[in-house]
Amino acid sequence: MTHLDVLTIGPELLLVIFCLISLLVASFYDSINASNLVFFSTIGLLILVAFLIYISPYKMMPAFGGAFVRDSFAQYFQITILLSVAALLILSKEYLVKYQLLKFEYPILVAFSTLGMLIVVSSGNLLVLYLGIEIQSLSLYVIATFRRNNLKSTEAGLKYFVLGSLSSGLMLFGSSLIYGSTGSIEFKEIYAAINSGGFLLGIMAGLVFLISGMAFKASAVPFHMWTPDVYEGSPTPVTGFFATAPKLAAMAILLRVLFDCFGSAVESWQQVIIILSFCSMFLGSIAAIGQKNIKRLMAFSSIGHVGFALIGVACATEEGIAAVLIYMVIYVIMNVGVFAFILNMEREGVAVTNIESLAMYSDVSPGQAFFLAILLFSLAGIPPLAGFFAKFYIFSAAIDSGLIWLAISGGIASVVAAFYYLRIVYLMYFGESKELLTGSMPVTHWILFVGAALLMLVGTVNLYGLDGPAKVAAFSLLN
Amino acid sequence: MIEIQHFLALSSMLFLIGVFGIFLNRKNVIILLMSIEVILLAVNINFVSFSYFLGDLTGQVFTLFILTVAAAEAAIGLAILVCFFRNKGSIAVEDVNVMKG
Repeated sequence: MTHLDVLTIGPELLLVIFCLISLLVASFYDSINASNLVFFSTIGLLILVAFLIYISPYKMMPAFGGAFVRDSFAQYFQITILLSVAALLILSKEYLVKYQLLKFEYPILVAFSTLGMLIVVSSGNLLVLYLGIEIQSLSLYVIATFRRNNLKSTEAGLKYFVLGSLSSGLMLFGSSLIYGSTGSIEFKEIYAAINSGGFLLGIMAGLVFLISGMAFKASAVPFHMWTPDVYEGSPTPVTGFFATAPKLAAMAILLRVLFDCFGSAVESWQQVIIILSFCSMFLGSIAAIGQKNIKRLMAFSSIGHVGFALIGVACATEEGIAAVLIYMVIYVIMNVGVFAFILNMEREGVAVTNIESLAMYSDVSPGQAFFLAILLFSLAGIPPLAGFFAKFYIFSAAIDSGLIWLAISGGIASVVAAFYYLRIVYLMYFGESKELLTGSMPVTHWILFVGAALLMLVGTVNLYGLDGPAKVAAFSLLN
Repeated sequence: MIEIQHFLALSSMLFLIGVFGIFLNRKNVIILLMSIEVILLAVNINFVSFSYFLGDLTGQVFTLFILTVAAAEAAIGLAILVCFFRNKGSIAVEDVNVMKG
């Protein structure tokens, strides 16, 4: 271990040290002030770490003998993850205060799970991958249960824990088979072993287990059954958190493992990804139609979006990967905006999550209804909003790599999905309402909400210049 | 002579017992936690036997990490279970049903 290795992981180390020290100090001064301090300093630190990763001069150098790689791909995902976590933390403040949940453990657990995501994105061998996933998920189980005197929240945590551990077990079993067949846990050496020794049965079995474990984390059908319950039961800011950063991380590990380890055996995993993607798109669109709870609806929406992103993975081309990277960022921005709204759905101070309660929202607050409509149109992928361009890139990458029927079924699925997004818009403008919502919104939420909606409009011009970085990141993953 | 196939057979059996324990168990959430442990132990047997037959230490290092994480996981699982029990007054699997999904 040289000092260069330590400098390379400097930003992550900063996050670890901050978490440990604030955990120690805050347990001595357990008060509202201490919690507030930890809360705001965590937000600040996450943004600082994102900045440090952005300017890090130690790029492209494998640290710790190849166990940790910060290439442009990792950098791209790390910065998006950190910024989305910071946005969600800003959004969660008011909710936490209202339900007496503002304890110093909350930001620290969020920071720990973010740390896990950062590690997982830049992992270079199966051991680091496993440890990163566990740091991430162990913290996520706890924050799903964070409202611990609430039955739904604890049940969500329990379900998430059991199925999450099962998925880690599947991934580990896959890793062990791959280790046994190739004799190494390093991604590079596995790649070389497959190139020289052929694709053994053990590697195939291991690959299937690994993919199913990762599909659990990404909540792709048929490994999605935990998603609606966990989304519904968890406290709303936590649901928003689940819908953004862990999805990015799950997509990143999927890409990382499939291309870094198995990049030379594309035809052996392409079919699996195509099936996952097809099922996720259609289940996400069709099952969401009957939902009454908006948090459950967002769960099915995220399943559907993961399905669309998986089309890009199935392409196995540089264009496809770049499309996935752009798609995930736009997806996250839309979700931050929508959850900023959902967090403020309340009637006489009581939070409601019923979709019907949005009826005639345009009377309560025309501005908010308009911006929410933009976000929902963008989620549905209606031109000329950014969500449309995200899907457009994915579909054109699929057509270029010969997956024409998958692109067509993606188009059909997004038309079906448009129905339930538009139903909310319909309810807001023409629904029949008995009781209206309050419709107030704190300034920070308003900024993020309107900002996300405006980004959907601005994004049509140049996609925030994401094109270039996404191409560079995709290139660095493939080489 | 014990060959690697024997170890693989043992670990696959343990793994399947664990997976079926999670899906078929209708009684008690504690049994779910035990099934998860069994899965992780099956993985450990795999890693150690591969490590022995390949003459490579990495697998054993991996096993040590898995054991550590499994301990943390069990602690968190039991803590969540205690919270659930306080709210529901039961840890039967069929009572984990407030949300249908």
